[in-house]
Amino acid sequence: MDINLNEDQVEMMRQARRFCENETPMTFVREMFEDERGFTDDLWNKMVEMGWTAMLIPEQYGGLGMQMTDLMLVLMEHGRAVVPSPLFSTVLLGAEAIIAAGSDAQKEKYLTAIAEGSMRGTLALHEPGSGANPGYIQMEARKDGDGFILSGTKLFVTDAHAADFIVCPARTKAGIDPADGITLFIVDAKAPGVAISQLPVIDRTRKLCAIEFKNVKVGKDGILGEANKGWSPLCKVIRKACVGLAAECIGAAEKAMEIAIEYAKVRVQFDQPIGSFQAIKHRCAQMYVEVESGRSLLYYAAWAQDNTDEQEAAIAASAAKVLCTETGKNVAGSAIQVLGGIGFSWEHEIHFYLKRTKASELAFGDTLYHREQVVSLTT
Amino acid sequence: MDYRFTVEQEAFRKEFADWLAKQIPKGFDPSKRNYYDDDEWKAAYQKFQKSLFEGGYAAMHYEKEYGGQGKTMMEQVIVQQTIATTCGELSMPGGITMGMALPTIHSCCTEAQKREHIPKILDGTYIWCQGFSEPNAGSDVANCATRAVRKNGDYIIDGQKTWTSFAHMADWCILLVRTDPSVAKHKGLSYLLVNMKTPGIEVRPMVQLTEEAEFNEVFFDNVKVPVENRVGEEGQGWMIAITTLMFERTIGDAIMGPMYERNYKRLVDLAKSTLREGKPVIENPVIRQQLAQAYIETMVLKYHGLRNLSKTLKGGIPGPEGSIGKLLWSEPNQRITENALNMQGLNSQVMRGSPWTIQDGNWQYSYLRAKGNTIEAGSSEIQRNIIGERCLLLPKDSSREARRK
Ligand SMILES: Cc1cc2nc3c(=O)[nH]c(=O)nc-3n(C[C@H](O)[C@H](O)[C@H](O)COP(=O)(O)OP(=O)(O)OC[C@H]3O[C@@H](n4cnc5c(N)ncnc54)[C@H](O)[C@@H]3O)c2cc1C
Repeated sequence: MDINLNEDQVEMMRQARRFCENETPMTFVREMFEDERGFTDDLWNKMVEMGWTAMLIPEQYGGLGMQMTDLMLVLMEHGRAVVPSPLFSTVLLGAEAIIAAGSDAQKEKYLTAIAEGSMRGTLALHEPGSGANPGYIQMEARKDGDGFILSGTKLFVTDAHAADFIVCPARTKAGIDPADGITLFIVDAKAPGVAISQLPVIDRTRKLCAIEFKNVKVGKDGILGEANKGWSPLCKVIRKACVGLAAECIGAAEKAMEIAIEYAKVRVQFDQPIGSFQAIKHRCAQMYVEVESGRSLLYYAAWAQDNTDEQEAAIAASAAKVLCTETGKNVAGSAIQVLGGIGFSWEHEIHFYLKRTKASELAFGDTLYHREQVVSLTT
Repeated sequence: MDYRFTVEQEAFRKEFADWLAKQIPKGFDPSKRNYYDDDEWKAAYQKFQKSLFEGGYAAMHYEKEYGGQGKTMMEQVIVQQTIATTCGELSMPGGITMGMALPTIHSCCTEAQKREHIPKILDGTYIWCQGFSEPNAGSDVANCATRAVRKNGDYIIDGQKTWTSFAHMADWCILLVRTDPSVAKHKGLSYLLVNMKTPGIEVRPMVQLTEEAEFNEVFFDNVKVPVENRVGEEGQGWMIAITTLMFERTIGDAIMGPMYERNYKRLVDLAKSTLREGKPVIENPVIRQQLAQAYIETMVLKYHGLRNLSKTLKGGIPGPEGSIGKLLWSEPNQRITENALNMQGLNSQVMRGSPWTIQDGNWQYSYLRAKGNTIEAGSSEIQRNIIGERCLLLPKDSSREARRK
């Protein structure tokens, strides 16, 4: 047992931090918040150069064959800087779906392109009426010769506007049990009948889209994995996505805490730094407790994805999702309180931390959903 | 990063668990709380500790010359975890002995003191208690007023300690005393090892809100303690007391995770076997969310403990961030035991000894006992002060600062 980071990992974090300081300062984040596309080609190309699109992709497809713990370290740094980019959606949604369910040919085509940065992808999961339950999938796929025809609506699709392909789970057999009757499809984002529009969400550092599918034809080569058995690989994707969001939230919480602490040391009221008031000091201490204990669970959850059985990996991912996204949201909210009026201003950057972490709490299963996962897997 | 223990360590875990199963006394039920009277409890502890010592499992990580086994901290962790989850009550009277007195003696005492005390702790001969708190020195430990005046080769002790857990069973005491009232309060303290059989010591048990008497008042009237029993130099008592308190806060790192995992299993059994409106409460969605949260908090405790342990293995003595671990076991325990009572509805009021008692009254006891968790071993407020001031370097409160000067 050794839970310390090794030298390579520490160096990787240092590089990611330097990258974010140089490439995505808050002025850039603000610009991208307002920007329709939400990232630039220049930023994307530099991320590709860092190797970030290739980290989890197996070496045989041009990737680096690294583990979730490595990507976690990069994503924590991205969380610290609220980095806007389709990296999360491409590597943890698009690529992971292909890794989890793809044929050799599909892997060759998509993973190689993702690793070298020439393709981006995402996952169209949530539907109207699902609340925040990712297992509620009712969109229909009708058999059409060798292939299928997709019709319906998907919501809250991360970065669909920037994606080349969209992995879309749909029902190929009526029912409500996700384990029986869901098939995954790879849809070209430019295919006829696919209409993508952005939603005016609270956190526009990460774009979320609605997608209307109108009689969209998917050929045989667009079927991803086994028919009717799409839920199991999908769960794998959701699990890692949850760990990824948890990592971002711990990074975001850590930075929000640092902002609050720094301010508490210099802001003077009643002739004392406000950090000497216990009401403020204990708030800051609580932030530290939550950040450090959240980090402890996060490390384990990331490690568990590559090193334990499916059940343990699922429990750990759900637990980390609940705990770390709540930590992110609580710490950001608490930091606003420490900052006082300035914390409520548009001008201060703290609100971006609140918005991103609150959005992460909802994505890919909210806390109600993931607590239910934990209890059903441990009783 | 690797959370796995090695194959050899897992083999050792199995070997020890098999051995341990044979040591458990007849009638002892590992699935629930076992009730002993004080004499029985002390005798059971001593017998158990002696068997560990003779079996070659006491202080795996200590040097052989003190009665340890000369192995690594990992073997010690495995032993502690296995005991905590199979027969924790048997080792409880030795909690302060093993978790506080022993590591303090091992890291701060002279060679002669170590050779005198460590073997007698490891073979179960002596139980120790911790005499820090006083009526006017609780959170403010350094306000200690118990006086020690040097006379020839002895200190003469006069004063009173309070909330002294297991003092009524203890043979020895780690005692914080004031040797110099003329200097600033943190500077005038010394740390002594005191034999509880010394004339002039009186122990009066105090009943707790659990209706048991686990802690005591201890009175010192003209008690003679040889100067050789001082730990460190005169006036260094505060530093040594802090060392003891750091060990206290991190006692949980290795064992609390596995203990709470076992408690979670009990909680799930309770949820499955307890009815509400004729149905098992585990079907209730609110209860399910609470169960999940209990499991999540248990995981946090476990993996935070392991991460801390991993750091301690590299770096030695635990630092102020140990306060996080103290908060992570004490505060969730209050929520978890409260949830356990909520599951029981009206029956949650029934203590041990009625046909309507659920699970032998374990949860009723645990719920009440958990209220002490956020006070003992440094209150939650004190832990947050430590974190704020020592980890985050926030300024001290100005009135406290002024008084210090
Ligand atoms: C079950 C149990 C076992 C114990 N066993 C032992 C033992 O074996 N040996 C021993 O020496 N002691 C023992 N204690 C004593 C324990 O260490 C003290 O109770 C504890 O340190 C608090 O001191 P106090 O009771 O005097 O409360 P006080 O210090 O008077 O505190 C009262 C309240 O004020 C708060 N408070 C105090 N100072 C501050 C501050 N600076 N900032 C914010 N809030 C503050 C506290 O958090 C608490 O809520 C035990 C206590 C319990 C409950």
